[in-house]
Amino acid sequence: MTPELLSLSNAPGMFVAVMLVKILAVFGVVMLMIAYATWLERKLIGHMQTRLGPTMTGPCGLLQPIADGLKLFFKEDIIPAQASKFSFVLAPMMMVVPALVTIAIIPFGPDITLLGYIVPMQISDLNVGILFILAMAGLGVYGVVLAGWSSNSKYALLGGIRSTAQVISYELAAGMVIVAIFMLSGTLSMRGLVAAQQGPLWGITSLPSWIHNWYIFSQPLAFGIFVICSLAEINRTPFDLPEAETELVSGFATEYSSMKYALFFMAEYANMIVLSAVISTLFLGGWDGPFWGVVNILIKVVCFMMFFMWIRATWPRVRYDQLMYLGWKIFIPLALLNIVVTGFFILL
Amino acid sequence: MEILFFLFVAFVAVGSGIFVVTCKNPVNSAIALVNTFFCLATCYVLLDAPFMAAIQLIVYAGAIMVLIIFVIMLLNIGTVDVVKSSHAVAGGALMAVLIGIQALYMLNRGEVANLDGPMTESALREFGHTELLARSLFTEFLLPFEVTSILLLVAIVGAVVLAKREV
Repeated sequence: MTPELLSLSNAPGMFVAVMLVKILAVFGVVMLMIAYATWLERKLIGHMQTRLGPTMTGPCGLLQPIADGLKLFFKEDIIPAQASKFSFVLAPMMMVVPALVTIAIIPFGPDITLLGYIVPMQISDLNVGILFILAMAGLGVYGVVLAGWSSNSKYALLGGIRSTAQVISYELAAGMVIVAIFMLSGTLSMRGLVAAQQGPLWGITSLPSWIHNWYIFSQPLAFGIFVICSLAEINRTPFDLPEAETELVSGFATEYSSMKYALFFMAEYANMIVLSAVISTLFLGGWDGPFWGVVNILIKVVCFMMFFMWIRATWPRVRYDQLMYLGWKIFIPLALLNIVVTGFFILL
Repeated sequence: MEILFFLFVAFVAVGSGIFVVTCKNPVNSAIALVNTFFCLATCYVLLDAPFMAAIQLIVYAGAIMVLIIFVIMLLNIGTVDVVKSSHAVAGGALMAVLIGIQALYMLNRGEVANLDGPMTESALREFGHTELLARSLFTEFLLPFEVTSILLLVAIVGAVVLAKREV
């Protein structure tokens, strides 16, 4: 008997059990990574600025995320009197949920066979995978906008408005850059994308077999634009205008305290992890690599996160008009050009 | 199970739809509208149309709603009291009843409801929804597709011209 794909119709009990295990495992790993991303960021930036970062809580400050979490948890939760309460409470949730939902479609390993069934190492394989990511990124903006508007404070409102304009501009460029990837792979599913990147490089079979057809080699321009657009979409330096500390206090998060403030931080790091995973899957072959599937993608994700932190430690914030200029007048034409050139090469 | 889920989604969609018209604050009704669009996207998924669902979210819930909130913030409608006129409410109710009757008539009597398109279940399983949609858009419906895109271009140019005049 050839093993068939595990689905709700052929083994309902096992399907539900496997699904629960996968969801809990992925969610647990992501939450743990969110907590330790804060530690990693403080340590890394500390060392880059010839400081030590957190050292007092536990060995090498390893218990710092727990201490921070406890502290924020026991802080008083203040809702400003003039705030629009419903939106004020809703906003942090609307930021965290889309970020965590997106992780469901990232494949994190090759299929395994369990009790005669094929179990894909991915929570859900949508056949419009990458569009789902874009849709969730679009929903994630609401958190920032609502937080800015509902706080009823000028700094927060400025942060919210900046974020809206920024995300609209950069979402366009990111979406168009991905089109070139679809043209090469012919599929929208993340699983299909990973499979498409496992062939020999550029279809040349005489190359050594360990060089795989990762899209970073055939689409270097798309890779660069997508990474920069991702930085802009998750409001990381040098595009962290919505929360620019020097001018807007803390931007959209100014009026927030306690766990709601912590949720904004969680959302920021969750977005960072998700986008690192998306970039790895789109351009770097996903779980493809020399080690076991999960290890490969974790290495790629952690490398990208360190790259983002490195940028934060070394780059100044761009000015607002520079941001808009970069998005509309450089990235979008380049993305269009990339599509045309890719189409030309496919026709050849 | 699917019916139950559909009923739940439909209930939430109608509920947030009512919120859109009854909320006093325009931003709150915008949030309710996002929720309605999200529920509609879920309905598309239930109908085996994941591409439509994703596009629905990206286009409506994403871009247009962001723009709505953007406009609301710039115009600062949030503090202005909404003028209530009984004429508008009565007219709206009348239109809603008319459209409701029309929809019911189309569902029961019209020929549109039981036409079979190319999106049959077997075709969906063989090609996938996105491929089917793309094929018909770029072959059979190429002209309407291009005409629509030119229409949108005209709208964009018009918007820029109008906005520039006021600046």
